[in-house]
Amino acid sequence: MNFIFDNDRPIYIQLVEQLKEYIVAGKFKAGEKLPSVREFAMQIKVNPNTVQKALAEIENQKLIYTERTNGKFVTENEKLIENVKKELADQKVQKYFQDMNKLGINKEDAITYLQGK
Amino acid sequence: MELLECKNLSKFYDKKEALKDVNLKVPRGKIIGLLGKNGSGKTTLIKLINDLLIPTSGEVLINGEKPGVESKKIISYLPERTYLDKDMKVNQVIKYFEEFYDNFNADPARKLLKDLDLDEEQKLSKMSKGMQEKVQLILVMSRKADLYILDEPLGGVDPATRDYILDTILSNFNEGASVIISTHLIADIERILDEVIFIDKGKIILTSPADELRNKENASIDEIFRRCFKC
Repeated sequence: MNFIFDNDRPIYIQLVEQLKEYIVAGKFKAGEKLPSVREFAMQIKVNPNTVQKALAEIENQKLIYTERTNGKFVTENEKLIENVKKELADQKVQKYFQDMNKLGINKEDAITYLQGK
Repeated sequence: MELLECKNLSKFYDKKEALKDVNLKVPRGKIIGLLGKNGSGKTTLIKLINDLLIPTSGEVLINGEKPGVESKKIISYLPERTYLDKDMKVNQVIKYFEEFYDNFNADPARKLLKDLDLDEEQKLSKMSKGMQEKVQLILVMSRKADLYILDEPLGGVDPATRDYILDTILSNFNEGASVIISTHLIADIERILDEVIFIDKGKIILTSPADELRNKENASIDEIFRRCFKC
């Protein structure tokens, strides 16, 4: 799994975004154990506290959970994963409309344009 | 109690002020970047913490105590310039560290050196500069210390060696320990930093969690540093 960071934005926010994408895409599967904070930090070469902060944020959103002494796991709640996927997809669509709008293309035309692709 | 605290710390060399009224607290479990141009006072501050210089005024406290025998046990220090005798072979240096430091773990150090395909019979003087820096870093990081202080660990090495050095720092620093890395090569290390300290002309001009600063300025630490110190 590849994580790519841009130094211009908080690293932990980028890590949250990318982890969520990997979870909804099923690259981290429901119920799968995540690497430990330290292992993870090493793999992606960021600060362990940054990883900790990002995982806490995703845990807040219930996408992962902690089993005491055992580590962190991806939620088994497939419905929740599906909902987050829709939410992220909605954001991408909004972004597409906004970008097209900047080019002077309205929503309807943007949809037609997409269908032609 | 803070791991490290500097209170109104100043150092003058004759009349020249190298460090002016520095106040600083370093908690446990953080990787901190001490960032400043050449001659900004980074090394002076580090030498004061390591008891290699005496403050002109103010004080340094490590676990609440002044620097001395006790603080040297818990601080693992990588100086800017080597203090090792280059005529020594790698295994002699390992023995030297073992005798000197109770908290030095020779086995992991040997393993790390072996991963580099290093012959323990080789003298330091026969190695490239990059290789010597790796060896020293491995030795310093193989101590179970409370505070690691690395003075310009990335100076003069190639990008691949830089990656290796960052990996070695990340994977070996003791849990609950803190690491202070002084450098002017910010882009290479900013991702592993929790907090940054900007130092200029002997004064601390900014301290902040790295991500907070990025968020506030919408820029990388490297970029913010350049803006701050535009000549």
